[in-house]
Amino acid sequence: MELFDLTLIWIVIIGIGVFMYVLMDGFDLGVGILFPFAPSDQARDDLMNSVAPVWDGNETWLILGGAGLLAAFPMVYAVFLPALYIGVFLLLAGLIFRGVAFEFRFKARNSRHWWDRSFSIGSTVAAFAQGAVVGAYIQGFEVEGFSYVGGAFDWLTPFTVMTGLGVVAGYALLGVTWAILKTEGETRDWGYRMAPRLLAVVMGFFVLVSIWTPLASEHVSERWFGQVSALWAFPVLTVVVAAWVLRKLQQRKDGLPFVGSMALFALFYFGLLASMWPYAVPPEHTFWDAASDPGSQLFLLLGVLFLLPIIIGYTAWSYWVFRGKLRSGEGYGH
Amino acid sequence: MELDPLLLSRIQFAFVVSFHAIFPVFTIGLASYIAVLETLYYRSGRPVYLRLSQFWTKVFALVFGMGVVSGIVMSFQFGTNWSIFSYQAANFFGPILSYEVVTAFFLEATFLGVLLFGRNKVPPGAHLFAACMVAVGTFISSFWILAANSWMHTPGGVEIVDGAVTVTSWADAIFNASLPYRFAHMALASFITGGFVVAGVSAWYLLRGRHRKSSLKALKMSLLMLAVATPLQLVVGDLHGLNTLEHQPVKVAAMEGHWETQRGAPLILFAVPDSEAEENHYEIAIPYLGSLILTHSLDGEVQGLKSVPPEDRPPVGIVFWSFRIMVGLGVIFIGVAILGAIQVLRGRLEQSPRLLHVISWMIPLPFVAVLAGWFVTEVGRQPWIIYGVMRASEAVTPSLTGWMVLATLIGYVTVYAIVFTAGIIYLRRVIIAGPPPVPDGEEIESAHAKRPWSAVRDSADEPLAEGRS
Repeated sequence: MELFDLTLIWIVIIGIGVFMYVLMDGFDLGVGILFPFAPSDQARDDLMNSVAPVWDGNETWLILGGAGLLAAFPMVYAVFLPALYIGVFLLLAGLIFRGVAFEFRFKARNSRHWWDRSFSIGSTVAAFAQGAVVGAYIQGFEVEGFSYVGGAFDWLTPFTVMTGLGVVAGYALLGVTWAILKTEGETRDWGYRMAPRLLAVVMGFFVLVSIWTPLASEHVSERWFGQVSALWAFPVLTVVVAAWVLRKLQQRKDGLPFVGSMALFALFYFGLLASMWPYAVPPEHTFWDAASDPGSQLFLLLGVLFLLPIIIGYTAWSYWVFRGKLRSGEGYGH
Repeated sequence: MELDPLLLSRIQFAFVVSFHAIFPVFTIGLASYIAVLETLYYRSGRPVYLRLSQFWTKVFALVFGMGVVSGIVMSFQFGTNWSIFSYQAANFFGPILSYEVVTAFFLEATFLGVLLFGRNKVPPGAHLFAACMVAVGTFISSFWILAANSWMHTPGGVEIVDGAVTVTSWADAIFNASLPYRFAHMALASFITGGFVVAGVSAWYLLRGRHRKSSLKALKMSLLMLAVATPLQLVVGDLHGLNTLEHQPVKVAAMEGHWETQRGAPLILFAVPDSEAEENHYEIAIPYLGSLILTHSLDGEVQGLKSVPPEDRPPVGIVFWSFRIMVGLGVIFIGVAILGAIQVLRGRLEQSPRLLHVISWMIPLPFVAVLAGWFVTEVGRQPWIIYGVMRASEAVTPSLTGWMVLATLIGYVTVYAIVFTAGIIYLRRVIIAGPPPVPDGEEIESAHAKRPWSAVRDSADEPLAEGRS
């Protein structure tokens, strides 16, 4: 047990798991966020069909995140969920309404517009709630022992509203670049019109969050301004990647803007982790405080090390099966 | 009135878990049926199997979708409302739920995408493989979740260190005393539920003279399976009961309505249990039969509810009546399944309209039986959340206030009411549309069948008002 730090390994695994979730459900939630702005019903059909075969697998990463936290960092699970009680309900309600919309929308006729709304509002609310969770994490929680002792709406502040909206914009960018990758004609043209604007909005939020976060968290402020650090590479790279995405959009490269948007998310995500390190339940508790019994961490680790490559393998296979541009007649409607 | 976060949390959990349970219990059985149909189609190439599979896959997708979204809620309920339980049981519970995700959920979700949308994109063998992986995934999933649940009834393989559970033996904790019985009971319940839905829908078609060929095929398959599964369930249920008697005698006392510990206990058929007076009203009982069933001896001793103080007893009425509903329905299932199988073997199914009517009425009943069974075991565990270790009252999230739980309870009821209503309406539409027709003579696949979804969809899109019911 002394040879390697199980908790550190689990930080890496959960970190990757949550990142997978953010990327993968990010683009399919983003497609939902953009739904009302699509140019036509045909475009809406295309957008939905482009994510229909994979959304369920994408959302499974969220469940892994939840269950994995309970297994490896039970304190995070037992503090975040009570602290975000109302927000978690909104997140789940949002995911329910958008999830059932996939099946219901194509079976409805007169009520189809209701499921359009269910899909877009559900996706937007779920994305906002996830962003607010990030904001609440930066803010920190009022904890006694291993229990949350704050109020029901401590998580809802101007700062978390801003991080919530930032994630909505970010997911929309992932969604629109995914749409460019997967569609042709009218839908893709619309994607090329929307993407630069969304990129601008996302960069706006990036600036806002970068200024506001050190003000909202002493720890982050010390981390960034206390010593000259390599952390400054994150914002520099963010600007470079954003410029690259814009250029690829102008050159109408169908696949690269999506890759670039994912890279932007990677920078935001790991930049955040680096800022908050090593706190799992700020302002006091580190990942090591929040960890479960080493025996439990090890028991699950053995299975995960074996199974995660297999999962990634067949997930990749399914993306390979549904690769390329969406053709009419595929998915639900046509 | 003071709003009690504990009571409201219990009501909320009972509601969301009951709502969720409806879907997997059906999809576990149905996934296996689809895998069988796909296998038969792969081997014989007969269109009747393809059409049946296409039709039931469409039903599966709808129901599975509702199961997925209500299941995501479950994985967060433990933390939002039962954070003390989550934290203290995390060393066992966390890895078990995570294993469910990594061994089952990804498998189901990913291969369902291929099963639904990949028929023309992957080779037939890969498509069959996807169908099998979905079916296998549903079983792996129920294994883990039942391991976690059974452990809450018969905790083993752990010790309590500083108030938190620490696992000393993973084998003893996972394969705890009640798991084998609960898993067998639940797996059979899923087959029975799936079987009666398939049989009921097929009988309904036959009565209307629609989809004769495929419906007859499906009805025969499901009735023969049910004729084996339903009597077997009686045996497994009895074994499960004996296991409960060994580990949770107070639960069995509530199921049987026994207040006093006695030899030669009666089997109580009807009663209104009264927890205040600690007795039954209007009791109708058969002498000695209770001891005979529970101990397999006429004068065996059976523990009563009064053997433990009132604060350690479950609510008796719910457990007592849920148990009778479950057993009563189980007996009806056996009768219908065996009658049906006899008519199958005599080749007289289509000449028995009354039987077909009865079979078509059975559709909702297995769901009622399953929920009643879960009420027996879960309410019967009260007041414990981990039997004999932790009370539900010690497990609830401390920061919750009554209005917070009330707000989300109303929220979940509203959301589920909308989703469930819409789901039933669309399911009804899919079923009214039915499987695509099987051509006479079973000729080679036509180009039409290359687009299976369009075939089902066009007719499924008819407005509800025009549906033939």
